[in-house]
Amino acid sequence: MSAPLLSTHGLQAFYGDFQALFGIDFEVAAGEVVALIGANGAGKSTLLNAIMGAIRVAPDMVRLDGAPTGGAAPHVMVAKGVGIVPEGRRLFTGMSVEDNLRVAIDHSAGGNDAWTLERVYALFPILKDKRRDLVQSLSGGQQQMVAVARALLNQPRVLLCDEISLGLAPKVINEIYAAIPSISDAGTAIVLVEQDVGLAKKASDRLYCMLEGKVTLTGKSADVSREDISAAYFGAGHAVA
Amino acid sequence: MQWLDALIQGVLLGGLYAQYALGMALMFGVMRIVNISHGDLMILLALVGVSLAVSFSLGPFVLLVLLVPIAAAIGYVLQHAVLNRVVSQDPLPSIIATFGLSIAMQNAMLQIWSADTRSIPGGGIEQASWQVGPIFIGVLPVIVLVVATALTGGLDAVLRFSKFGRALRASAADVEAAALTGINPKAVYAWATALAVGILGFAAVFQGLRSTVAPSDGPAQLIYAFEAVIIGGMGSVWGAFMGSMVLGISQAIGFRISPGFGILAGHLVFLAVLAVRPQGIFGRS
Repeated sequence: MSAPLLSTHGLQAFYGDFQALFGIDFEVAAGEVVALIGANGAGKSTLLNAIMGAIRVAPDMVRLDGAPTGGAAPHVMVAKGVGIVPEGRRLFTGMSVEDNLRVAIDHSAGGNDAWTLERVYALFPILKDKRRDLVQSLSGGQQQMVAVARALLNQPRVLLCDEISLGLAPKVINEIYAAIPSISDAGTAIVLVEQDVGLAKKASDRLYCMLEGKVTLTGKSADVSREDISAAYFGAGHAVA
Repeated sequence: MQWLDALIQGVLLGGLYAQYALGMALMFGVMRIVNISHGDLMILLALVGVSLAVSFSLGPFVLLVLLVPIAAAIGYVLQHAVLNRVVSQDPLPSIIATFGLSIAMQNAMLQIWSADTRSIPGGGIEQASWQVGPIFIGVLPVIVLVVATALTGGLDAVLRFSKFGRALRASAADVEAAALTGINPKAVYAWATALAVGILGFAAVFQGLRSTVAPSDGPAQLIYAFEAVIIGGMGSVWGAFMGSMVLGISQAIGFRISPGFGILAGHLVFLAVLAVRPQGIFGRS
C-alpha cells in the first residue's frame, strides 16, 4: 500500500468521562476504499467524528498527508480535503436540493474542482430533475444521494461515509454503491462505515472491524473470511495479514 | 375618509416597525437567537446618533452613513464576544445573557444620557408633508417606508441568492451538519448579527427623527419587533415586513377608535393571530 493519505495513531476519544475509543490505529491511501464494520456502539461513527474534529482529540492522533490535524474544527478539516456523508444524512431542510449542493460548492476544499454540479447530476440523474424541490420532499434514497453529492462537491481527497445504506431499499443501496468505484477511481480515498458486512466486503479494498472502541480485525477485504469477521465482530481477537 | 387616513398612516408606521423587525427576523426567525437587548440596541444607536448629530451638526443622511457601520460593528462584537458562547439548541442561555445585557445597557444609557427624551434634528424633513385631498402624508414616513421596503428586498435577496445567505440558512437548519460541510457557523452568525444590528442603525436614525428616544424605550420596541415577526411567520423576511404592516395598521385604527386604544389594538391583533394562525401569516405549519 502507498503512503497513507489519512491516518490515526493511538486515537483515544471520550464523551465526557466515558472513553469511546481505545488507541485506534487506522489508515487509508489515495484511491483506496476502506470499510469500517462493527456492531452498534463499536465506535465506528465516533472514529469518523474524531477524524472530522466533531470530537476533540490530541493533534498527533489524526494525520493528513503526515501532518497532525487532530482537534482541528470540522470546517477546517473540510478545507483540508476531508469530506463526510454524516449518519442520518443531515441535509439542510427548508432549502432546495440545489441550494444544499451549492452550500458545499461555496465551501469546498481549495485547489481542486473535480466535482461539479453537472458531474454529480450525471452520477445521480434523479437529482437534476429534483433540483428545485425542497430537500425534505425527496425519498430517503434520493436524500442519501443529495448527502453523497453534497460531500463530493466539497472536493474531498478523503470521503467518509457513515452508514449510507441505513434504512434504504436494496435497489437504492445498489444505486448508491454503484457510484463508489467512479469516486475512488478519481483518486479520492473512501472510508465506508457499514453494518452490512457483505456489502462492505464487496465494496472495499480493505476493512477494519471494531468492537467496543478497539480494532479487532484488519485485512484485505478479499482475504478476510466470514469466520474471522464473525469472531472479530462478536468478541474473540483476530488479526489477518 | 378617516379610516383611509388610518390605513395610510398605519402602513407608514409599519415601515418603521419593519426596520425594527428585520433584524429580529434574522436573529430570532432564522438563527433562533432570542435577543432581549434588540430594542435597547436600537435606542443606544439612536442616542449615539443624537449625540453625533448635535455635536457635529450632522444631517440625517451623513448620520446614517456613520451610524450603520457603527451598528454593524456592535452587532459583530456582540455575537463574537457574547452570543457565540451561549448559542445552542437551548434558547435559555441566550435569553438570560441578552436580558442581562438589556438591563446593563439601560442603566449605562441612563448614566450617560439621563432619562430625558431626545430626538435627532432633521432640518425640517420631519415636519414636511404632502397633502392629498384631506389627507396629509408625511415625507419622512414615506422615506422610512421606502427604505424599509428596500432593506426587506435586499435582505431577502441576500438570504436566498448569496453564498452568505445559503451558509446562514444551512447553519440555522443544522449547525453541526453545516460545520461538516465546511461552514464556520460562528463566523457566519457573527456576520449575520452584524447585518441585523446594522439594519437597526437605519431604524435608530428614523426613530430619532420621527419621534423621541429615551433610555427606557427599548423594551417597547422589542415587543413590536417580536410581534411583527410572529404575526408574519418565523423565518420569512417578507413575513416580518407584512407583520409590521398589520401591527402598524392595527395601531393606527386603534388610535382612531380611541387615543388610548392604539397600542392595545396592536397587541390584541397579535394575540388573535397567535390563536388563529400560530405559525404566522407567511409561516408554514
